[in-house]
Amino acid sequence: MTEAEFEALRVFLKSRSGLALSPDKRYLVESRLAAVCTRFKIDNLSQLVREIRAGRASALEKATIEAMTTNETFFFRDKAPFDLFQDVLLPKYLKERAATRRLRIWCAAASSGQEPYSLAMILKEAAPRMPGWHVEIVATDISTEVLEKARVGVYNQFEVQRGLPIRFLVKYFKQVGDQWQIAPEIRSMVDFRYLNLIEDFNRLGQFDIVYCRNVLIYFDANLKADVLRRIAHVMAPDGALLLGASETVLGITDTLTLDPAHRGLYAKTAPAAAPKKLAVGIG
Amino acid sequence: MSYCLIIDDSRVIRKVSREMLEGMSFRVAEAENGEAGLLACRAEMPDLILLDWNMPVMDGFSFLTKLRATPEGQHPKVIFCTTENSLEHITRALDAGANEYIMKPFDRDILTAKLQELGVLPVSHTA
Repeated sequence: MTEAEFEALRVFLKSRSGLALSPDKRYLVESRLAAVCTRFKIDNLSQLVREIRAGRASALEKATIEAMTTNETFFFRDKAPFDLFQDVLLPKYLKERAATRRLRIWCAAASSGQEPYSLAMILKEAAPRMPGWHVEIVATDISTEVLEKARVGVYNQFEVQRGLPIRFLVKYFKQVGDQWQIAPEIRSMVDFRYLNLIEDFNRLGQFDIVYCRNVLIYFDANLKADVLRRIAHVMAPDGALLLGASETVLGITDTLTLDPAHRGLYAKTAPAAAPKKLAVGIG
Repeated sequence: MSYCLIIDDSRVIRKVSREMLEGMSFRVAEAENGEAGLLACRAEMPDLILLDWNMPVMDGFSFLTKLRATPEGQHPKVIFCTTENSLEHITRALDAGANEYIMKPFDRDILTAKLQELGVLPVSHTA
C-alpha cells in the first residue's frame, strides 16, 4: 500500500465514520484490513483502496469501517459508571420522574451489548422499587456486525467473566454448550439500532441518561465538539452524560459541565452560565 | 496488606496466581489441597482464598463446607477457580458459601474484575 493509498483510506474513514487515524497507525490498517481482503476475495490493500475509491461496493466500504472500529467492551466495564447509575442516577430519576414514571437511556457506542445489558440487569434488580415504570434503553453502534452479536446476546466464557458478577451470570444467563446467552427478559429491555455518530441523531428523541464511553477518543477535536453539542441537544434539561475514564469535555465544549462530585459524569450547562453563542445551541 | 491463600494442586496455577496477586500487593500463601488449606487457615485466617475444585486428599467443595461451618471461617472471601464450568457447579459453590467463581482458563483482567467486585481490590479509576 502506497502513502497515497493510505492517505485515501484515512480520508475515507474520517469522512464516513469520524475515525481520525494518525499517520503512525499504518500497521493497524494493514493488520485489520487483511481479513477484509480475504473475505471479499481482494488481492491486496491497493486493490481494496481502488474499489473504495470507485465507490461501487458499499458492502466493502461498510466492512472496512467495521474492521477499523474498536469494539473492546465488557460487562460493567470500569465498574464506577455502573455504581453511579445504581447509587446516584437511578435514585435521582426515580424521584424526579415519579410523575411520568418514564426513563430513557442511550448507550451511544454499545458495541456487542455488554454496556446496555449491564444497565438492564441493574434495572431488573431495581424492578421491585419501580412498579409501573417504563424504562427504555436505546443502544446504538456503527457496526452492524457487533449489533447482531448484541441482539443475539451470546457470549463466551471470557466475556462473561470480565466484570460480570457471578450472581448475575447465574440469574440472567443460560448456558448453551460452552457459551452463555443472556435471558430474554434482559434482551427485550434493550433496543439495538444502527447509528453513525457523525450523522444526525435527533430522531432518537430525548434522553435522561446518555452513556457515550470510549468512542470520542477516536474522533478529532472538531468532531468531538460537534458530537458533544448534539448529545447535549438530545439530553433532558436535567439529563446526565457519562464519558469514558480518559475522556473529558474540558476545552472542547461549554455545553456540558463536569459534576465535581463524580468523575466522568456531566450535566448540561445552565443557559445563564454558558457563553451566549453556545447557549443558543442547547435544546 | 491483605492475605490471600491459594489452594490448588497445580504448581503452575499456584505460581501464576501468586504472581498476579503479589502484583496487586497481596501477601500470598499456598496449599496443594483442601486439607492443607484448612491447616493453613487454622494457623492464620486469610482475607481471600482462591480455591480449586478438583484436588486429591480433600477437594475444594469439601474444604469450603468445612471452612464455612466455623465462625472464623465466615471471614475470608472465597473465589472458586476451577475448570468446572457448568451452571450446576457454580450454583452449588455459591450455595456452599463461595463469593465469586472463576472458570479456568483465566487471566489478570478476570481476576482483577472479580477482586474489584468483591471489594478486596480498589477500582483503579472512578469514571
